[in-house]
Amino acid sequence: MKKARTEKTGMLRKAMILVTGIFLFVAACRKDPSITGGDIVNGEEDITFVVPQGWPAPIYNFQNNTLSNEGFELGRKLFYETRLSRDNSTSCGTCHQAFAAFAHADHGVSHGIDNRLGTRNSPPIFNLNWHPSFFWDGGVNHIESQPINPIQNPLEMDETIDNVVNKLKGDETYKAMFKNAFGDETVNSQRIFKALAQFMGMMVSANAKYDKYKRGEAGGEMTATELRGLNVFTNKCADCHKEPLFSDFSMRNNGLPSTAVNDSGRGHITHAIADLYKFKVPSLRNLKYTYPYMHDGRFTTLQQVLDYYTTSAHNSGTVDPLIGANGIALSAQDKGDLIEFLNTLNDESFVKDKRFHEVQ
Amino acid sequence: MRSIIFAFVVVALSVSGCRKKPDPVVPLTPIDTGGINVNDGHLQIVFENMVGSQPLQLNGPSYTNEAGNAFTVSAYKYYISNIKLWRADSTYFTETESYHLINEGLASSKSFLMHDVPLDDYTAITFMIGVDYDRNTTGAQTGALDPANAMFWDWNTGYIMAKIEGTSPGIPSGISFHMGGFEGKDAVMRIVTLQFPEDAKVNGIKTPGVHIKSDVLEWFKTPNLINFNTNNIITSAGPEAAKMADNYADMFTVSHVEN
Ligand code: HEC
Ligand code: HEC
Repeated sequence: MKKARTEKTGMLRKAMILVTGIFLFVAACRKDPSITGGDIVNGEEDITFVVPQGWPAPIYNFQNNTLSNEGFELGRKLFYETRLSRDNSTSCGTCHQAFAAFAHADHGVSHGIDNRLGTRNSPPIFNLNWHPSFFWDGGVNHIESQPINPIQNPLEMDETIDNVVNKLKGDETYKAMFKNAFGDETVNSQRIFKALAQFMGMMVSANAKYDKYKRGEAGGEMTATELRGLNVFTNKCADCHKEPLFSDFSMRNNGLPSTAVNDSGRGHITHAIADLYKFKVPSLRNLKYTYPYMHDGRFTTLQQVLDYYTTSAHNSGTVDPLIGANGIALSAQDKGDLIEFLNTLNDESFVKDKRFHEVQ
Repeated sequence: MRSIIFAFVVVALSVSGCRKKPDPVVPLTPIDTGGINVNDGHLQIVFENMVGSQPLQLNGPSYTNEAGNAFTVSAYKYYISNIKLWRADSTYFTETESYHLINEGLASSKSFLMHDVPLDDYTAITFMIGVDYDRNTTGAQTGALDPANAMFWDWNTGYIMAKIEGTSPGIPSGISFHMGGFEGKDAVMRIVTLQFPEDAKVNGIKTPGVHIKSDVLEWFKTPNLINFNTNNIITSAGPEAAKMADNYADMFTVSHVEN
């Protein structure tokens, strides 16, 4: 059955590509030259999604959402659009900042409209197309369905989907951009979410020193310390923080003691005792930019994280067996080496990629 | 659990199966009707929401459930999807993009026209109460499935397949039953087949109307008696929601067919 389904989707995709091809061709003829979205627009450089060498196939490959320059540009504008919030103060980019690898720099928990505080740390945004689920508790099952929550969440943007559509559909620039991206001026939530998925899905971070090392490229020469760190990492961390994405995206409890907030994590979604205090394993790429760390941002430095991992883990009954009651054994030397290695996962070209920055 | 998964697979197979089976298409030739409105291949479905034998009135009179709790209703909505119309020879027509949100508070949502129905006589209807697994897991949707319709959970993504909200004396927060969950043993989608008391004749001249009643009291009656004193709020997927879905699975009846 699974096979039949794939074939069907494959055929469908081929048909869609054909249709979209024709459609793009038509749309291109009609494109309003006055609409510029930024640096890469108007066919100069085509937006294409490339799976980095040696990586697994992504889960989201823009199925039913044909990637285009125009769709991407619309998504980019929407990502930085404050009108997505009730009082037009807050955009996605407020809590997901480019220079912080799209996390919220220096904010332990999210900081939304009217200075309302949430209970969780804004995760960074990159390599989302490989995530089987979203949010710290994995409650969201699709990249296109992800923006609904922050828009409606009273602690984040506190707006209704209807109001967002109404605000945008009277705007001439948006009308033209929706037309360029989707063929006509209709503004609806489906198009908003598909455009945002094009923008966010294109955010691939795969150009750190570690990646160059793996690909055998210039600039990928690892020092002896970094290589020792990689070795420690492979032995002690990689089962959960799996290469090359540095997460296996499973839900696990790494033993953090619970706080006054008592966030039950995955347990909140499944109501299963076995899922209490489990959180989605985060990627370890770009840690230089994404501090503070953990689902509630409780640690500000990597040293603190490693010191935590070597103290006895808080045993709430669901602590992962890979960590156990005694934590992970790491010598001071191991920790130093690990930190050096983790620093090879910082991808400066990603945070500096102008395609993902707000159009000034 | 396994048998439920199996049942689910069978439903899924039969839904996808029916897409493949080509429907015998009767060419729609224009008929000279001398000025009468010609509706080729249309059939209208009309939903009438009831409380027992009374038409439901929102924010209106007090009703009494099987357990004896008094209550009023302020909102009543449900999804009807994956509609099939059966012919006497067991072939059927499948509606494409078959997703309808019936909202008691919105008169225009309580009836809809099915288009491109091959001219024939129809004997029964099958539909799903709720939204299928596929549309719960494939990202942004539009129309009846637009999350702007407030029938979507954004923190644990998936559709609210049906909901009732209202008041009940002695329960300060009121009653609130949001039926969701599309996976595993607690999935709340239910498939309903209803025979028509007489054939609906889709003849291209006059649009037949199939009138379907839903009875709110069925939500709280059988097989699981619901007492609001102990069960007045369900807002997540789980066994409680699945039990209530078992209750309302038989709340629909075809009251009459208008030819
Ligand atoms: C007030 C701050 C805030 C705003 C505004 C905000 N987010 Fe977030 N975002 C968060 C937090 C906090 C989380 C984690 C939520 C959780 O796990 O419960 C998150 C999670 C995410 C995730 C999931 C990442 C992962 O690894 O699972 C994505 C994608 C995302 N946001 C995109 C967006 C988009 C798109 C918008 C605009 C529509 C937006 N965010 C607006 C704070 C915010
Ligand atoms: C049993 C699986 C598991 C193992 C083994 C593990 N981690 Fe983690 N790690 C997690 C989980 C789960 C989280 C998120 C926990 C939370 O926020 O509640 C996490 C969080 C982190 C974070 C914070 C990242 C962020 O963006 O907030 C860092 C850094 C980290 N781990 C590094 C390591 C290192 C280094 C090792 C090896 C010494 C390691 N982890 C071993 C599961 C694991």
